[in-house]
Amino acid sequence: MSDYNFAYLDEQTKRMIRRAILKALAVPGYQVPFASREMPMPYGWGTGGVQVSAATLTPDDTLKVIDQGADDTTNAVSIRKFFEKTAGIATTEETKKASIIQTRHRIPEAELTEDQILVYQVPIPEPLRFLEPRETETRKMHALQEYGLMHVKLYEDISQHGAIATAYAYPVKVEGRYVMDPSPIPKFDNPKMEMPAIQLFGAGREQRIYAVPPYTQVVSLDFEDYPFQASKADHPCGLCGAEDSYLDEVILDDAGNRMFVCSDTDYCRSRREAGQVGQLGEEAA
Amino acid sequence: MIPLLQVKGVAKNYGAMIGCANVSFDLHPGEVMGIVGESGSGKSTLLNCLAGDLTPDRGEVIFNTRVDGPLDTVTMSEPERRMLSRTDWAFVHQHARDGLRMSVSAGGNIGERLMAVGDRHYATIREQASDWLGRVEISESRIDDRPSAFSGGMQQRLQIARNLVTGPRLVFMDEPTGGLDVSVQARLLDMLRGLVREMGLSAIIVTHDLAVVRLLADRLMVMKNGHVVETGLTDQVLDDPQHGYTQLLVSSVLQV
Repeated sequence: MSDYNFAYLDEQTKRMIRRAILKALAVPGYQVPFASREMPMPYGWGTGGVQVSAATLTPDDTLKVIDQGADDTTNAVSIRKFFEKTAGIATTEETKKASIIQTRHRIPEAELTEDQILVYQVPIPEPLRFLEPRETETRKMHALQEYGLMHVKLYEDISQHGAIATAYAYPVKVEGRYVMDPSPIPKFDNPKMEMPAIQLFGAGREQRIYAVPPYTQVVSLDFEDYPFQASKADHPCGLCGAEDSYLDEVILDDAGNRMFVCSDTDYCRSRREAGQVGQLGEEAA
Repeated sequence: MIPLLQVKGVAKNYGAMIGCANVSFDLHPGEVMGIVGESGSGKSTLLNCLAGDLTPDRGEVIFNTRVDGPLDTVTMSEPERRMLSRTDWAFVHQHARDGLRMSVSAGGNIGERLMAVGDRHYATIREQASDWLGRVEISESRIDDRPSAFSGGMQQRLQIARNLVTGPRLVFMDEPTGGLDVSVQARLLDMLRGLVREMGLSAIIVTHDLAVVRLLADRLMVMKNGHVVETGLTDQVLDDPQHGYTQLLVSSVLQV
C-alpha cells in the first residue's frame, strides 16, 4: 500500500470535484467552476483531467491513458504511472478493457460503451476566448445564448482559406443549448461525441469542469452552404492498412518520404494482431 | 404618430456629481437630433443612458419596438435590451477601434450582426458585406483586409456599415467625426447624410462640432453642466441663440 490517500487527492477535494461533475452532467456543455488543486505536474500536462480522473476512480477501475491517441508517449506513461502508484489500480492499453479513459486530443477509434467514462484534458475551456477576451462578457454570452460571434470565426476561415480551416477544437453545440469547446480533438472525432459513454472535461489551470452525458446531441457548428466535414489525411494507415482511422503523418527521412499511421496505437496494434498489414508494415509476430 | 423614442426625466449622478439631470425629449421616426455642449457637459452620459450602456438613476427611456409597441428600455430585461441593441439600434463610437473587432476582417465585422441574429448562409452574408462596403465607399477588394490596415476615415466608415447592416431604426452617434481631418470629415458627413435620408433613420448625434449638427441635425439640444439649457430647430438655435452659453458656443466657432 502506498502512503497516498486513494488516488492522491484527499476525500474532501474529491467530493468537491464530484459535485462539480454532477452539476456539469446536469447542465450539458455548461462550464462549472471548481477549486482546482495544485497537482504534481505542470499546467498543460493534464492537471484538470487528472483531478477529474482521481475523483471518478474506484479501486475496481481499470485506467487507460492516451496522449494524441498513443499509449506510449511521455504524458500518457507518466499519468498512468501516477495512478498506479497513488491509487494502486489496474491499468491497460486496450480501449475495451478500460473503465476510465483519460485522453488528451483524441477519442479512441473503438466504440465506447455505457460502462466507460472518457475524461478529457482541456487547455482552454472557453470556445469564445480568442474572440472575446472578457470572462464577464463570455459568461453573459453563454447565459443569453449569443453565439453569433462563433460563426464570425468560421466566416473568417472561409474568407481566408476557402473552407472552414479549423481542424481541431472545432466548436460544438450541446443539446441545442451551450456552445462548447470539445478540447483540441481533431474535428474527425466530433461526430463520435454522440456516444454511449460519459464524457467529462477537466481544465485545471482555468478551473472549469464540463460534461456531455451519454447519448447527448452534439452538433458541430457550420454554415448552410459550407457544411461541417470530418476530415482526415486521405491515405490508409501504413502499418495496419486501416482507412477509417485518424492518421498521423510521420517524416521518414530528409528526402521527402513520409508515412501515415493510425494515431490510435491500440487500434493499430489490435488490427495488426488480427492479421491486417499496411503497405509499409510487417506481419505481427 | 407615436414617437420612436420618448425620454422622460432621465437623470444620472456619479456620486455627488451630476452626470445629466432631468432630460426629456421626443424623437420621431426619421428625425435627427443633435446634442451639443462642451466637454463634461453630460452629453456622452446621456447618450449611454439612452443606449442602455449605463443605467439611469431616474427616468424612462421608452422605445417604440416593432412588435410590442412602446416599451421602457430601462426596466426591460437584459436579453431584450441586448437584442434591441443589435437589431433596431446602432451605436457609432467616436473611436472606430471601440466599435470594431480589429482582429477580424472587414467582411467579418459587417457580417457579425447578421450572424448574431441567426444568418447562417455564408454566400448571403458575404454578398451583404460587399454591398455595404460599396455603400460606405470602401473598395470591395478590401473585404478580407483587417481594419487595422485601414485609414482612420475608412475605419469609421466600416464601423458605420457594420452598424447599419441589420437595418436599425435608431442610430446613436458619439462624436462620429472626432479625430478625422476636415476633408475626411466632409466626406463622412456627406455619406452619413445620404444614408440617413435614404434609409429614413432616426439618429441622436452627440458632438461638440457645430458644423456637424448644422449639416445633419433637424433639432438641437444644448447641454451644460448636465442640464439642457436650450432646445429648438437647428438653424433657429444656431442663428438666434437665446441662452448665454449657446451664444458663447456659437461665437466661439472660428471663421476661416
